[in-house]
Amino acid sequence: MSLTILLLLALGLGLAGWLAGRARAWSFRRSMGASSLAALPSYHAWYVALWIVVPMIVFIAAWSVIAPQLISQHVLASPAAAGLPEFGFKRESMLAEARAVATGAARAVFNADAAALVEPYREAIGRYQTIGIVVALTLGFIGGVWSFLRIKPDFTARTRVERTVMVILLLASLVAILTTLGIFVSLVFETIRFFGMVNPLDFLFGLHWGPDPMANPDNPDPSRYGAIPLFWGTIFIGAIIAMIVAIPLGLMSAIYLTQYANPRMRAWVKPALEILAGVPTVVYGYFAALTVAPFIRDLAVAAGMSNPSSESALAAGLVMGVMIIPFVSSMADDSIAAVPQAMRDGSLAMGATTSETIRRVLVPAALPGIVAGVMLAISRAIGETMIVVMAASTAANLSANPLEAMTTVTVQIVAMLTGEGSFDHPATLSAFALGFVLFLVTLGLNFIALRVVKRFREAYE
Amino acid sequence: MSERLPTRTEAFEARLKKRYAAERRFRLAGIGAIAFSIIVLAFLLGTMTINGIGGFQRAELTVPIDFTEAGIAGDPAVLSQPGGLQNLETGLPSVVQFFAERELGTEGAAELGNGAWREVGAAIVADPALLDRSVVFDLPASANLAAALNGDGSPEMETLAQQLQAEGQLGTGFDVGFLTRADATDPQQVGIWGALKGSILTMIVTLVLAFPIGVLAALYLEEYAPKNRWTDLIEVSINNLAAVPSIIFGLLGLAVFLWIFPSMRSAPLIGGMTLALMTMPVIVISGRNAIKAVPPSIRDGALAIGASPVQVVFHHVLPLALPGILTGTIIGMARALGETAPLLMIGMRAFVASAPDGFTSPATVLPVQIFLWSDEIDRGFVERTSAAIIVLLLFLLVMNGLAIYLRNKFEKKW
Repeated sequence: MSLTILLLLALGLGLAGWLAGRARAWSFRRSMGASSLAALPSYHAWYVALWIVVPMIVFIAAWSVIAPQLISQHVLASPAAAGLPEFGFKRESMLAEARAVATGAARAVFNADAAALVEPYREAIGRYQTIGIVVALTLGFIGGVWSFLRIKPDFTARTRVERTVMVILLLASLVAILTTLGIFVSLVFETIRFFGMVNPLDFLFGLHWGPDPMANPDNPDPSRYGAIPLFWGTIFIGAIIAMIVAIPLGLMSAIYLTQYANPRMRAWVKPALEILAGVPTVVYGYFAALTVAPFIRDLAVAAGMSNPSSESALAAGLVMGVMIIPFVSSMADDSIAAVPQAMRDGSLAMGATTSETIRRVLVPAALPGIVAGVMLAISRAIGETMIVVMAASTAANLSANPLEAMTTVTVQIVAMLTGEGSFDHPATLSAFALGFVLFLVTLGLNFIALRVVKRFREAYE
Repeated sequence: MSERLPTRTEAFEARLKKRYAAERRFRLAGIGAIAFSIIVLAFLLGTMTINGIGGFQRAELTVPIDFTEAGIAGDPAVLSQPGGLQNLETGLPSVVQFFAERELGTEGAAELGNGAWREVGAAIVADPALLDRSVVFDLPASANLAAALNGDGSPEMETLAQQLQAEGQLGTGFDVGFLTRADATDPQQVGIWGALKGSILTMIVTLVLAFPIGVLAALYLEEYAPKNRWTDLIEVSINNLAAVPSIIFGLLGLAVFLWIFPSMRSAPLIGGMTLALMTMPVIVISGRNAIKAVPPSIRDGALAIGASPVQVVFHHVLPLALPGILTGTIIGMARALGETAPLLMIGMRAFVASAPDGFTSPATVLPVQIFLWSDEIDRGFVERTSAAIIVLLLFLLVMNGLAIYLRNKFEKKW
């Protein structure tokens, strides 16, 4: 709540500074004539506004991170905190409860011992909130006055504002690098912690997966952390079953839409296929679990299987394949359209039928693009979470039978991080190691695909 | 003059026939592939709609209540206060129970839903004049009776349901509350508003963070960035981020955002920040395409009359590229709206029984709500889940429709 107030305050002050700066610039202009100002009045106004808003926003962002730490330190230093348990879950929950009451998120404490902490919390929150507001206002004020006084008729406000704008633009584009770095660092950091407990070789080449989140975290059983069944399940569902569905259907759809369909049909069918890509994966997952999986089970029973699993790799893979169809078809569409018309015309002029032209000329010529598209589709399929979480099982199984239950890397990430295990347990940390493997594999696939597309595009130019 | 062999030999004809047959088969395969996709799509939407229609309805018992006979006195001034409903808690439930027993019999009245009196109370608060006359209410039935009405309950319950239905006291009605309540444990009591509000709050955070950052980054890369190693690095990381699996962003949110803000588990603020990182690359990529489409002559024209490079971009290029950028943004937001996995990672799967108050209070979002309900074994939840899916799909449809409308309205051929 205080965050919103602070931000509104910053914007309000900025607006005031904007108006004041513009008024001052106009007054120069009126007294000395239009040509005497080095920049338009609005640039002077922006100069003042930036000097108010930027320091305030930077401070608010930093304060919203620092203040909670200061508040809890303050509370822990208060006499009421002396009665808290030394460490562990109970201490955390009591603190959280007292905080919830103090901020008004809860009406009363559940744990009577936590009641004593409410007052210190309330006091600390009030104090640091006041400090935050005062400092933010002071910063804005100082910035505003300083910049306001700097405005002179010969002050080149525009170049200064534009320099700031360029810095902001550069910072915005650095967010992408920071995000990548953040992903990398957080995954690597937790993965190293995990590998401190479980040998990487056991993890990467072990054949049995069955972490026990309740086991003693200090002495994990490395034979329970063999990830090969997960890798196999991921490849089997995402790269084999889903691709058996998606590649022929996607490719044929693309071929029909680019080579045979008349424009009116294309105008209707293409968006319809795109809807298929726009349906949220949780809906596909529900569809797979509710409709497709029981159907496959019934089919298996009818075919004479004695005890088929209700959660099969086939159900998840089939639905995932359908989801990927539009992805494959739009990539194939692009690369077929990139083949020069002369090649098509040449083949037709030789007397080949349309399908012969497509199979012998267009598809081979477009093959690099199609392969790149398939690689992107695979990377998407193996990173897909909700369909497999809902339709595949959590039982790790090293089998080539599509009717058996199987689990994937993403399912296990969800299972490990939404379970009861504590954050220092190897079972929980294994999720980050799995995530790291997934990240590297998808990154590799994407990188290769992008390189292939780039090289292929150059070939015809 | 050499003798010419006939072109159309029998072997040739046979070969030609075969080739034409292959041509037809190939075409059919193409049509078949498209038909398969469309049939699956239609089947998916059809199943959800048929199941979901039931989810918008609930089993209701008809109970006439004669307030003059009940003798409830409610001071309108007291009732209209916040929490005024609580004042009725002592008297009203027994009154409702009494009239239900008179109308439905003991057995039937026992199957009245737990919160039934609240609806009567809410009606009184809304219109105190009701207390002077007799009113017929449609009150929610218990989950067991509702299941029996759908032919899915215990034998005794089904007999009771059939009996009540025959007397016209049990029926299904449109459940307005489904759109205004939050999560609950009983499928008769659940609503979608909590998740919907959570989704809206999360989307606001995502938009406020991802849109400016994405647009500014796109402007920098397309207009100003020098061609060097740094910009290459930025470009590569943006392209890679667009293809990173969404669950990885969830791991990032868990490891970084929840480490910085440990007290904000499952808050829309954290969810929105996580989704913003995911949406930002999409906005950058579509934004760059839109900016690239603005012809250089406009930039040259502005530069020629003395505009600075920043003025060229902010006064001329950006306004012209904005419709294209908006289209890309809406598509990116639609993807974020349907995203589940990263939000599961940061703890948005908690049971939240009331709509979130703000950006920092615990919340859930629509797709996560669907995921949570799909795990419930209670039969009533199947319909509720489908109904929630319909709401989610409608939202996506509106967003995509808006994107297409914008694209068609502002599309320019330079």
